[in-house]
Amino acid sequence: MRLSTPNIQLNEKGKLRHFLTLEGLKHHHLTEILDVAESFIDPLTGEINKLDTLHGKAIMNLFFEPSTRTLTTFEIAEKRLSADVVNLNIETSSTKKGETLLDTLWNLEAMLADMFVVRHSESGAAHFIAKHVAPHVHVVNAGDGQHAHPTQAMLDVFTIRKHKGDIFDLKVAIIGDVQHSRVVRSQIQALSILEAREIRVIGPKTLLPSHPEALGIHVYDNVEEGLEGVDVVINVRLQNERMKSALLPSEKEFFNLYGLTKERLAYAKPDAIVMHPGPINRGVEIDSEVADGEQSVILEQVTYGIAVRMAVMSIIFRNAQELQEEKRQALLDLNMMETSE
Amino acid sequence: MRLMVENIRILDPQQDIDQVTNLYVARGRILGIGKDAPEGFEADRIINGTGKWLFPGLVDLQARLAEPGSHYEGTIASETKAAVSGGITTICCPPDTMPVNDSQAVTELIQRRARQAATAFVLPIGAITKELGGQYLSNMAALKNAGCIALSQANSPIQNSLTLKNAMAYAASNDILLMLRSENKNLKNNGVAHSGVVSSRLGLTEIPASAETAALARDLILVEETGVRAHFSLISTARSVEMIADAKKRGLPVTCDVAAHQLHLTEYDVMDFDSLFHVTPPLRSHDDKAALRVGLKMGVIDAIVSDHTPLDRDDKLLPFGESAPGISSLETLLALTLKLVDEGVLDLNQALAKVTNHPANIIGLHHGSLETGNSADFCIFDPEANWTLDRKEMISRGDNSPFQGWEFNGQIEATYFQGRPVYQNNPV
Repeated sequence: MRLSTPNIQLNEKGKLRHFLTLEGLKHHHLTEILDVAESFIDPLTGEINKLDTLHGKAIMNLFFEPSTRTLTTFEIAEKRLSADVVNLNIETSSTKKGETLLDTLWNLEAMLADMFVVRHSESGAAHFIAKHVAPHVHVVNAGDGQHAHPTQAMLDVFTIRKHKGDIFDLKVAIIGDVQHSRVVRSQIQALSILEAREIRVIGPKTLLPSHPEALGIHVYDNVEEGLEGVDVVINVRLQNERMKSALLPSEKEFFNLYGLTKERLAYAKPDAIVMHPGPINRGVEIDSEVADGEQSVILEQVTYGIAVRMAVMSIIFRNAQELQEEKRQALLDLNMMETSE
Repeated sequence: MRLMVENIRILDPQQDIDQVTNLYVARGRILGIGKDAPEGFEADRIINGTGKWLFPGLVDLQARLAEPGSHYEGTIASETKAAVSGGITTICCPPDTMPVNDSQAVTELIQRRARQAATAFVLPIGAITKELGGQYLSNMAALKNAGCIALSQANSPIQNSLTLKNAMAYAASNDILLMLRSENKNLKNNGVAHSGVVSSRLGLTEIPASAETAALARDLILVEETGVRAHFSLISTARSVEMIADAKKRGLPVTCDVAAHQLHLTEYDVMDFDSLFHVTPPLRSHDDKAALRVGLKMGVIDAIVSDHTPLDRDDKLLPFGESAPGISSLETLLALTLKLVDEGVLDLNQALAKVTNHPANIIGLHHGSLETGNSADFCIFDPEANWTLDRKEMISRGDNSPFQGWEFNGQIEATYFQGRPVYQNNPV
C-alpha cells in the first residue's frame, strides 16, 4: 500500500525547498523551524529585530481567497527579513477574466519572483503551483482548501513548546470542526511528527472526516471525557456555514455540548493551556471566561506567527543557497582536476 | 477482397473457440474458421499469423467521441482512429455531446460522421431526458428508431424518483434499454474524491460510497416495479457488486459494467493531488477494487468499458478539485483488461468476453464475435510484443491518461474493420 509519494517539497539533499504540508516531513525539519524561530525573538524584550537575510529577494503573496491575519503576518515576516514584498489579491483580478491559474503564475514568475506565498480555496492548490513553477522559485502554503495550513500549525506547536518545553509525551485535545479545517489537519501532523503522546479530537461525527483513524487521532463524543488529563486544549473556530448545510442544529446547541467553559476545562490538567487559531466566536466554541483566562495563550500566538514564518522562509532560501554553492564548488573542483591533468 | 489469416490462434468467446487455425474473410464478412477453406474460396491475400492471436474487435459500451460539441477534445474521426489502435471496432457513445443527443437530428449527425470516418461502428446512445436535464422525457421511441442502441443520462443521473420511474415505465413499454449511472447528487455534495483514508488526510471533499449505493438501491427497486431492461454503468463500490448480484439472483433484467481504470487504480493514487487521477465515479478503496475484480470473475459484472473522456490539456492543468474528471482510455481498454489475465484475476477467454461478446449481447447485437456472416472486425495481436504507454504517442486528441509509463504485455499488431485494415502498428 502506497502511503506517500515522492515529497516535492524537499530538495535533493532532503531539505526544504517548498513548504506545502507537514505530511512527509521529519522531526528534524520541524525542530529546525522551531529553533530558528526562537532565535529571531529577543530573549529580553520578546521583540523581533529586522534582519538583512532576504535582501534582494522578491516574495509575492498570492491570495486567491480573502485573508487579513495570515496575509498581514506573512507581510510583516517578509519585511523583517528585508525582502521585497508584493501582495496580489487574485480573487478580484485575472483569474476571474478567464486567465488560467498557470498563466497568472507564469506572468508573475517573469516578473522575477523568488517565492510565492499562496492561499487558495482548493485542497492541493499549493502542490499544483509548486509542480509548475520554475526550479528557482519557492512556494509556501498559506492555506489550501481543507488540506493544510502548515505555518499556522508550526506556530501552534511553537507556542506549546514555549509553555511545555517539549511536545514529546503531551496529551492534546482538539475541539470542534476537524473535517473542514486545514489548520487542524496540519496541527495533527505537527503533533504526531513531534511525538505527542495522544491526539484527541472532540466533536460530532458531522464535523469529523470519514476516516479519522487515517489521521492517527482518538475521537471522543463526550467533551468531559475527551478533556480528562490533557496538557493542551486547542479550540477551533466554528463556521456559520456548518449550520446552513445541516451539519449542526445551532450555535447554542454546539456550545451546550462542546463549548469550552471553565467547568469543562477543570477536567484537563491544572496547568493545561488553551489555544485557538482565531478568530474567536465567543459563546460558540469558547466561553469568554476561558478565552481571556489565565490558561489562555491565544494572543501570544499572533506574535509567534511572525517568527515562525520568518524561520520557514529564511530556511528555504538558505537551503537553496547552500545547494547552489555546493554545485558551484563541485564544478570548480571538476575544472581544477581537468586543468591539473 | 478475399483474405485468409492462416495458422493463427483464434480466440472467440462467443463460439468458445481457442485454437490455432485459419480465418476466411470475403466482402467484408467472416466466411468461416477452420483448417479447410470454404468451397470455392480463393484468397487474394494471405496473412501468416504464426505465433500471433486473432480475436474479435472490441465492443466498448461507453466512450466519448467529442462530437458534436466542444467540451471534449477530438472528433469522431480522430477518436475512432484511437479506438481501433486499441482494438475497439464498436463504440457506443453517450449523449453528453453538445448539443445533447436528445433528438433524431443529433443521432443522425453522429451516424453520418461515423460513416464518413469509416473506421469503426459508432452506435449513439440517446438522452433519456431533454438536454439531460432530468426533467422532461426526450422522444425516446423516436431516438430508438433513429438507431440509438440505448438511452442514458451519461453523468447526470435523474434525481427525481418519479421522473425516473416514468422514464423506466415508458422505456419498458417500448422495449428500450436504459443505461443508468446510479448517483445521488445530494450525497455526492460536489465531492471530488472517495470518502476514505486519503480524502480524510488530504482534505479533499468527499464522495461517500453511499452516493452510489443509495441511488442504486432506489434504481433497482424501480427496475423491479417497471420491468425495464437496465444496464448499470461504471459501478465502483463493493456494495454495488453485492446489490447487482442480488438483483440478478432474483431474476431482474439487469446487467452492469465497470471502467477499466477502477480495476487497477485506487484512492491512494490521488495522494499526490494529480488531476489525471480525477474521475467520476472516484477511485475507491482497495477493498472496492478487490470486490470489483471478484464481481467480474463471478460474472456479476458483465462488461469492462473505457469510459473514454478525451480532454484538453487546460482541463487538467488545474488544482485537483477544479480539474475536469475523466481519462482518455480507448488505447488502454484492452491492455488493462489483459493485465487482469497477467494478474490471475480472469482467464484469457473470460477477459476477452468482457470486452467483446458480453457487451455486444447487452445491446442485442452480434458484434464482438467471429461467427460466420458477421462483419469482419478483428484484431491481430502479438502476445510477445511488450510496450510502455507514452502519453506523447497517444492517438486520441486527449492525452489525459494516468497510465504514463505503465508496461503492458502483448500489443495490437493490426485491427480490421469490415475486412479492411484500419490500424497497423508497424506498417510495412
